Amino acid sequence: MICQECNQRPATLHFTKIMNGEKAEFHLCEKCAQEHGDMFMLNNGSGFSINNLLSGLFNIDTSYANNQAQLNKQTQVVQCEQCSMTFPQFVKVGKFGCAHCYDSFRAQLKPIIKRLHSGNWNHNGKIPTRMGGDIHLKKQIEDLKINLKELITKEEFEKAAETRDAIRELEKEMKNHLEGGE
Amino acid sequence: MNLSLERFINQAVSSWMSAEGPDSDIVLSSRIRLARNIKQVNFPTIFSHDEAKRVIDIIKARMEKSTFDTYGDFSLLQMDDLQPLQKRVLMEKHLISPHLAENASHGACLLTENEEVSIMLNEEDHIRIQCLFPGFQLSEALEVANQIDDWLETEIDYAYDEQVGYLTSCPTNVGTGLRASVMMHLPGLVLTHQMNRIIPAINQLGLVVRGIYGEGSEALGNIFQVSNQITLGKSEEDIAEDLKSVVEQLISQERSAREALAKTSNIQLEDRVFRSYGILSNSRIIESKEAARCLSDVRLGIDMDYIQGISKNILNELMVLTQPGFLQQYAGGPLRPFERDIRRASLIRERLKMEDQELGG
Repeated sequence: MICQECNQRPATLHFTKIMNGEKAEFHLCEKCAQEHGDMFMLNNGSGFSINNLLSGLFNIDTSYANNQAQLNKQTQVVQCEQCSMTFPQFVKVGKFGCAHCYDSFRAQLKPIIKRLHSGNWNHNGKIPTRMGGDIHLKKQIEDLKINLKELITKEEFEKAAETRDAIRELEKEMKNHLEGGE
Repeated sequence: MNLSLERFINQAVSSWMSAEGPDSDIVLSSRIRLARNIKQVNFPTIFSHDEAKRVIDIIKARMEKSTFDTYGDFSLLQMDDLQPLQKRVLMEKHLISPHLAENASHGACLLTENEEVSIMLNEEDHIRIQCLFPGFQLSEALEVANQIDDWLETEIDYAYDEQVGYLTSCPTNVGTGLRASVMMHLPGLVLTHQMNRIIPAINQLGLVVRGIYGEGSEALGNIFQVSNQITLGKSEEDIAEDLKSVVEQLISQERSAREALAKTSNIQLEDRVFRSYGILSNSRIIESKEAARCLSDVRLGIDMDYIQGISKNILNELMVLTQPGFLQQYAGGPLRPFERDIRRASLIRERLKMEDQELGG
């Protein structure tokens, strides 16, 4: 078969296009197809990028990604109210639009982040010094509370009482902080 | 004495290429990168030109308020003000990324004079603090990066979340935003065919190994980069420590591979080293691949005392100086690939001649 555009080269691309319910068949050579790139959307992208790879990684359930209906539903539901990036957009690009995206997509994000960071979902590193005062205290209190539970199950009540007092002390400090800070 | 070459090298060489620092026979350089973003400004993924400019203004304001005195002043280089070749040279010195050089909107970088600290602005994240030290100095580099981070944070509100830490535009960097990496010269492990066994083992520890020059998995000049993949869940110090312990193991394995080679194939190795030296000091046309291989051999020959009187930094230095950007800067204009191969050969010959003269005089 000869290319229907140039009538010279053999047609190597055969496809059917449906526009407004009208069906049309095309038989083109590669060169003509490329020239009509935007029309036939063959020219979209320069191969496989790192983002494609990443988005592959983000799609934990591949059947979910293939299910167009569900994808559309997602589009309507989850969108960052700050920068208007949608969750499917994030999956495609592999990057967030703004810091608030982390809040907007938190539910969907947890399995992705855990997968990327060997199951971790808690930051255990540096805390910014200036904004960090309360966060430091909060973390300390949380740690002590976990400790307290352990002590109670181990029936080490004396130590548990000490820990409880320490927690109260820290909670008081935090209250003062919050009131003083405002 | 070729004065112009000497001046060119002096201007071109960053501190990390000096071949000084601990374990510098195997570890060429150590790098720490911290990714940070400014609160209430959209990430570079989608931000507007105005927001990009705002990032630069915020940083400028920070610099005007007080200087970061440990390293002297930073100079601000805006990508839009630089020629493509100048950007390429910064890239080949690993001071900026290809993305910053080519695609960033209002991309900029803050550089210290010794080029050990480079802060990229408006790359994938608003701020990327990088410290690049010669030899095996991960903790030292982390300390300086932390100091710069603290200095910036006294005036700048970062995007930070109690649960997941520092927020980055790509979720692969969230948490600490820390990428620690070490550049290593591992000819012994390559010659004894051990790298293929070692790389998967290292990957299982959550670390990544790749060739630093060359494409894909090919490691030009037997130079590999080992870095952490996971940024969330561990503290910065633990990430650096974990990488350090793997690097220490690699160092001792590389040393024993070299000892084994000296025992079993001494004359073959010596032959290989001197053949490569012969090629470097005599060739008129040399491709980057062959140059990298020969430079690696000669460096190994220096480290194993087959060759005396040539400075160790020849590998680190010439690997960078024979990249296309540098060759063209040295030539003072654009060069076609074949012309580059000629330039590369002559630059290497002249550089080796400088060594001879230093020896003689």
